[in-house]
Amino acid sequence: MNSDGKKTRIVKDIKVDTKKCAGCRGCEIACSAFHAVPKFSSVNTARSRIMVVMDEVRDIFVPIRAGDHALAECNGRNRYVIDGKEYDECTFCPASCPSRDAFKDPDSGFPLKCDMCESVPPLEKPMCVDACTFGALIYEEREEAVEAEPKKLGEMEVGLKSLIKKYGLKKVMDTIARVSKE
Amino acid sequence: MRYAETGFNLEIDLTRGSIDKVETDPKETASYLGGNGISAKLLFDRVPPGTDPFSPDNLLIFSNGLLNGTPVPGANRVAVNTMAPVNGLMGHSLMGGMFGPELKMAGWDRIVLRGKAPDLVYIAIHNDRVEIRDATHLRGKGMYDTARLIKEELKDNRAWVATIGPAGENRSYLASIDCGNSSAARTVGPVMGDKRVKAIAVRGTRDVYLAHPKELWEMCSRLRKELDANPNIGDWMATDEDDSFHHNNFSWGNARIRRKTFWSATLGERWRNLKYDHMSRQTGCWNCPKACHNVIKWPNRRRFSYKCYGKDTYHMASFQELDFTYEILPIAQDLGLDSYSTPQTIAFALELLEAGILTEKDFPGMPSDVRGRFFYLIDKMAHREGIGDILADGVSMAAERIGKGAEKFDHNTVKKFEQLPIKLGKLNPAYFLMIATGEDMAITQIEGSFPQDPITDPEMKEEFIKKWVAVPDKKFAEWFRQWEKRDQLPADAMVAIVDWNECMHYLDDSLGFCGFVSSFRGQFGGTTGYHVWNMPQLITHATGWEFDKDRLWECFQRNRNLVRALNNRAGLRRSWERPPEDHWAVRDEEYEQELLTQYYDFKGWTFDGIPTRETLERLGLGYVAENLIKGGVLTGNEATALNDARAKKKKQ
Repeated sequence: MNSDGKKTRIVKDIKVDTKKCAGCRGCEIACSAFHAVPKFSSVNTARSRIMVVMDEVRDIFVPIRAGDHALAECNGRNRYVIDGKEYDECTFCPASCPSRDAFKDPDSGFPLKCDMCESVPPLEKPMCVDACTFGALIYEEREEAVEAEPKKLGEMEVGLKSLIKKYGLKKVMDTIARVSKE
Repeated sequence: MRYAETGFNLEIDLTRGSIDKVETDPKETASYLGGNGISAKLLFDRVPPGTDPFSPDNLLIFSNGLLNGTPVPGANRVAVNTMAPVNGLMGHSLMGGMFGPELKMAGWDRIVLRGKAPDLVYIAIHNDRVEIRDATHLRGKGMYDTARLIKEELKDNRAWVATIGPAGENRSYLASIDCGNSSAARTVGPVMGDKRVKAIAVRGTRDVYLAHPKELWEMCSRLRKELDANPNIGDWMATDEDDSFHHNNFSWGNARIRRKTFWSATLGERWRNLKYDHMSRQTGCWNCPKACHNVIKWPNRRRFSYKCYGKDTYHMASFQELDFTYEILPIAQDLGLDSYSTPQTIAFALELLEAGILTEKDFPGMPSDVRGRFFYLIDKMAHREGIGDILADGVSMAAERIGKGAEKFDHNTVKKFEQLPIKLGKLNPAYFLMIATGEDMAITQIEGSFPQDPITDPEMKEEFIKKWVAVPDKKFAEWFRQWEKRDQLPADAMVAIVDWNECMHYLDDSLGFCGFVSSFRGQFGGTTGYHVWNMPQLITHATGWEFDKDRLWECFQRNRNLVRALNNRAGLRRSWERPPEDHWAVRDEEYEQELLTQYYDFKGWTFDGIPTRETLERLGLGYVAENLIKGGVLTGNEATALNDARAKKKKQ
């Protein structure tokens, strides 16, 4: 609840400062170790849910996270120039995308997804952020208002609504009136 | 189940085109750890003495440090080893970056190449899928294009490609092997070219297993933050813009001229701007919190990165300023030339021209300005054209080939290996021993654990000692306490200090640690990231083996003696162990020889600098002793150096 009494929830996010990334892949190592079973029992950066897109010649160092699975292949193939550096759209997109093999478990092929290192008890911050001594990854928690859910209809309402849809309101009313007299 | 290591070597015979997955003996890992230790064992066992380094029988090994690919921060170096063409001894070069850990995640502890491909090939590794592929279309290509084209061909942008440039293809002794921002420089590049391997691309998606997951992670997570916060480690040259030390104290040109007042505040300011106006960022190696590479975008050049003393070598060899290094380095690197020996060799050649030993005819079409000359010569050397063919062999071999007194200009090599251009006044006994006896060839591969200079202020001295956890034995602290003048320490202290310095490098090189967070960094401030007290814990948690300081120390001794024996078998003797005659202005031959004898004796070596049978047997290297006796290198009855008749006679 926030001060207005409206319902809120905590949204966890990891912001990226690409200027600070040194390309050491410490985030990838921490992520893969944390998600190993048992925990920390192996390192395999191909299983990491974060990866550093690296290209020294173009000076591109962007850690991207495995976000939600995209439902369809996107049309975005735009190129952007930021600080004189040219990026394609995929450089930033965290989606586990059907058109690119990023974020798939190397053995099963199943998509991987960042879970913000949920654990019991909860961590202070996700493992990748903790490992990033360069400060390129910044953990943020923010409160977001939750939209009030529409009221749920009862069984009878649902039934009546479908009858009205099928036969029209008048007919249903007439029928109820007649039946109630019988 | 193998922990920390994969338990498999990738053996490729390039002549036959065979690819084998060979399981290794865990006992060998426990004895030699990994990196250069296991390489030395493979070279000793499989490359017979007298083998021409350019013969198919020579091996080229990319050997992961034991801790590479684990969460241990700063452990990423892969040792590249072979029998080196330049001097016939074991070639040893280290490459940080990503190649080693990626190789381990592909399921391989090391790659062992033998034979010679019929034509230029590259090797593509994706876990167990290993292919030898045609690379004739990459012939003559630079480092960057080679890596880019291979990644395109393999459709894998996440692969790491170790490659040689034209210099390596043409078997220049100055050739390096590069992968991303890292480089295995010198001694090994020409052998890769000789085997006709243009590149090795590796991509791994396998688990590197760890024996004590929770304990290891906790320790590594803490260490990463400690290393990050520790100002005494990492590469100072990446951030310290006051570089007066190298410019005022090291020699310029062909290790010839000291410019003691070169540095000034205005120059420092100008260079600082030069750097930061063109620097894109600083980058690091796999799992290291230090970012030692400066990434520079210079006008009309492809973006490139450099680290450490590579920043100074070109402009100091040519008497230019930093802008010249930025201008030439991206091109020289792309040709696959090492930035340490190449500028020295060029300065040597230009001195020969001035002295009339080489003439204008030897340099047809060479520009008259020094910058133009450097560009002209790197091209000739990388392609072995004209005089470049001779210079591509490095200073020592080139001097031999040129003759006519050129040998006199070869005044900065040890064991035919170009050294740091330092020319000093008075002999420093510990440094004498390190330069003379080191088999990693460069002083920076030996020095580093014991401070370079005494602290005179008693309070500061005690403060230093209090924080000095790295000391393996309290006797070092005691020596440091008594130490007042740089060159004055008891002889037993000198040899023990050199031994400790060496120990840390051998441990780093077999475990995968970068010297900048370990062996090289104790000498300033004393608080290095790794030492003989925390290394055993890390090994235990990563591998599951019980390890302690004594066992670790024994691994160092085993590896050190094995490398020494391998080199003895290749001809290394006492007479090779001489720093350049002008390294110090004041020399005392008798004293130096005495030091050498004492050092050999401490090591358990003979008067000629060969490990005795007892020394080898004590370290479980009985098979090495047997081999040396069979080959006539040892009789088996030798005493250690001080007990040799020659040492006794000298004393009398």
